[in-house]
Amino acid sequence: MSNSLETARSTLLEPTGITEQDIDRVLGQIMDRDVDYADLYFQYSRHESWSLEEGQVKSGTHSIDQGVGVRAVSGEKTGFAYSDEFLLPALSDAADAARAIARQPGAVHTRPIVWQRGGGVALYTPSDPLASIPDADKVRILERVEQEATRRDARVIQVMASLAGVHEVVMVARSDGVMAADIRPLVRLNVTVIVEQDGRREQGSAGGGGRFTYRYFDEADRGLDYAREAVRQALVNLEAVESPAGSMQVVLGPGWPGILLHEAIGHGLEGDFNRKGTSAFSGRVGERVATPQCTVVDDGTIVDRRGSLSVDDEGTPAQNTVLIEDGILKGYMQDTLNARLMGVAPTGNGRRESFAHLPMPRMTNTYMLAGKYDPNEIVASVDKGLYAVNFGGGQVDITSGKFVFSASEAYLIENGKATRPVKGATLIGNGPDVLTRVNMVGNDLQLDPGVGTCGKDGQSVPVGVGQPTIRIDGLTVGGVEI
Amino acid sequence: MSNIDSQTLSGDNALTGGPDGNAAPLLRVVEAALDDAKRRGATTAEAAVSRGQGMSVSVRMGDVETVEHNRDKSLGISVYLGHRTGSASTSDFSEAAVRDTVRAACTIAKNTVEDPYNGLADAERLATNIPDLDLYHPWDPSIDTAVELATRTEDAARGADPRITNSEGASVSSHAGTHIYANSLGFCGAVHSTNHSISCAVVASSQAGMQRDYWYSTARDAAELETPEQVGEISAQRALRRLDARQLSTRQASVIYEAPVAGSLLSHLVGAVRGSNLYRKATFLLDHIGKPIFADRVRIHEQPHLLKASGSAAFDGEGVATQARDLVSAGVLQGYVLDSYSARKLGLATTGNAGGVHNLTIESGPLDLPGLLQHMGEGLLVTELIGFGVNTLTGDYSRGAAGFWVENGEIQYPVEEITVAGNLKQMFRNIAAVGADQDRRGNIRSGSILIEDMTVAGA
Repeated sequence: MSNSLETARSTLLEPTGITEQDIDRVLGQIMDRDVDYADLYFQYSRHESWSLEEGQVKSGTHSIDQGVGVRAVSGEKTGFAYSDEFLLPALSDAADAARAIARQPGAVHTRPIVWQRGGGVALYTPSDPLASIPDADKVRILERVEQEATRRDARVIQVMASLAGVHEVVMVARSDGVMAADIRPLVRLNVTVIVEQDGRREQGSAGGGGRFTYRYFDEADRGLDYAREAVRQALVNLEAVESPAGSMQVVLGPGWPGILLHEAIGHGLEGDFNRKGTSAFSGRVGERVATPQCTVVDDGTIVDRRGSLSVDDEGTPAQNTVLIEDGILKGYMQDTLNARLMGVAPTGNGRRESFAHLPMPRMTNTYMLAGKYDPNEIVASVDKGLYAVNFGGGQVDITSGKFVFSASEAYLIENGKATRPVKGATLIGNGPDVLTRVNMVGNDLQLDPGVGTCGKDGQSVPVGVGQPTIRIDGLTVGGVEI
Repeated sequence: MSNIDSQTLSGDNALTGGPDGNAAPLLRVVEAALDDAKRRGATTAEAAVSRGQGMSVSVRMGDVETVEHNRDKSLGISVYLGHRTGSASTSDFSEAAVRDTVRAACTIAKNTVEDPYNGLADAERLATNIPDLDLYHPWDPSIDTAVELATRTEDAARGADPRITNSEGASVSSHAGTHIYANSLGFCGAVHSTNHSISCAVVASSQAGMQRDYWYSTARDAAELETPEQVGEISAQRALRRLDARQLSTRQASVIYEAPVAGSLLSHLVGAVRGSNLYRKATFLLDHIGKPIFADRVRIHEQPHLLKASGSAAFDGEGVATQARDLVSAGVLQGYVLDSYSARKLGLATTGNAGGVHNLTIESGPLDLPGLLQHMGEGLLVTELIGFGVNTLTGDYSRGAAGFWVENGEIQYPVEEITVAGNLKQMFRNIAAVGADQDRRGNIRSGSILIEDMTVAGA
């Protein structure tokens, strides 16, 4: 991580003339007041996207964002201001605005502080994905995807593909003397196809990505695999009949269906809602919230994953946090503010969309560990139910615990066999008890292909999910067929 | 007093002034970007620049929780090299950053293909006469004032009933900004606008568990906000009425979408008649212009020039003059939602909707919500929707819901953990009534909507 800090210094500070002594003075200016904690968050990010439709790359965008967020925390109060100018007077103004949260003078602090380097290990390349290949090659990746999709089946009438990359450099300087940095690459390739047969049109989508460079999509022809997968899904949907409605046994496939865990369990276990007592999981650590087959973790330390972080946006090293172990609720995901107020340690889940947003507890990669059952055995165990293998988005009401997620590829299970495909339907359940109905957990743990984005209080951050095949004995399926 | 200006740029002698003196420096940024694009060989170019500032405070359980100061700015430019295009944006207005941004846009354009439909809006469509829509009403409350208002809001909610046991807090925010769009045809329009809001979210508890709900008021002019006491009281009543909710059994039922969630149905319509989805054939309403798509009394129209409204605009994201028009009249689809690019692709003219619709409104009938409940007799009143189970290509619709079961025209008990499902094509045809209780807070204005014959899935 020491290299990250050097790179961050040279990217963020050197061009502006702001020194570490200046940062110390600004933090000192805030800590003059009755403030428990303060931090400065410097960020520089470049983002680009290229999009293809009708066989051609017709447009692209590029953006640069940079700025510094200044936060002062006093008890449960937070003062926050930011500037998109890396200039000392702007930084000082923001510090004044942030510290106004506390009006009493503070204790005497010894300054200057001696900076300590933050921990954390490098989990991904510091290379800038945007510069990893020539622009012409980015266009070529999209064109190959389109050609593969079109070539697969004559019923393909439309292919839309997009390629996006982010290069982000962040640095956090905290009032306790920790200075940490992270260089975060992020790329994503997505393809959506529309197929038509006898006047009926359906679509399929696939994609993937993570914290690496664009070269990933050329390796092993991954980009082409997305094209094939999107076409396959769209063709399945051409045959889909109306989805059933009502409560039934549901088998969820491995990988991205782990969005179940993100919605049903994950958000309800974020520290802020639990400190405030507004989560359906509040005060339930140590209680059984799942069958003994279920162990669920939030792991920000997986190499190259979309949801991984070497350090979070408060400079805390990411970690692997056990949320549910053998069915028992073990703990929450924390940022520094909520950890301090709850008297526990931060878990490396303090994240923010940008310098212009306040950090809060957010998930990284949330998944269920593998169990013992063969996935075929799980499907075979169901007389009548739904087998859902792919999903769109989901949402949760954290206080009531009710969550939904919408299937985009699903099949009826009849007499132990997956039979007819059914149209997408929303599944709805109750977070605190859905995992108490998980009676079979497969041995086929998969993580999602790297496509998740989580929204909370208007802030978006990249996340991952995963799970093995699981069987839920009783979940409401929102189809139309009674 | 709002201030919207449009004026032809001529050299350095551009539009200046504005209520907050914000426009002149922003105009210089836009001009620099357009000039630089021209120097780099762009045939045409367009740029949008905005700058805003504001504050937001939140109070939770009687104490200040956050005080946030916002200051944002951005410049976006699109360049056209013949019919190739590239776009770039930056939050850094320094000369060097603007130059880099223009260069990035040109680099992208060089790597994209010629598309004859690319380009600026046609000159004759650009707005020339720009009405004052009264969108600028600066408030700028002190932190102390904002905290006091938020405290009153939360106090009203927490004091409403002993079953209000917890709070996610009350917030007061105020923002002001300036937005300028200019292009190389000489169009330059500036808009100054403000936005203020009060919101509150509280938790009610009973033996059966907790329920959260919220309410907010938002306005261009702070004098038109609901009082803190009103916002707090409504948020409390909305949380309280959800206590002890049950699951329904699976059934066919009539459904009323309460006004605050009914607008979502219109946003699905907008998605289905948006130009990009039409030329991609990604909509269930392909080639439906002139055809009945709603029950025959339904009228849906755009009102871009409403004074002080949230979606008001004299020109769209390409400088095209906006116009009041019917999107649906007597149930028949009258037009699409197009920008210049999608219009050209479809062989049509832009409808002034680059960036979206403007105060899209479904005409209300005579019944208020109690009247609609009576009219329905038995069915489901939906007050909250969650999830994204809407397929614009097929019209298939399935979303999570919470609300109330209604019998004999009266609310019987709250319900949750259910879904409402159907196909939008049929749902639009089955709209039996639109309530007089129009929600005017957002860019889509709708009263409560009664739809007959949907599938409700539950236990």
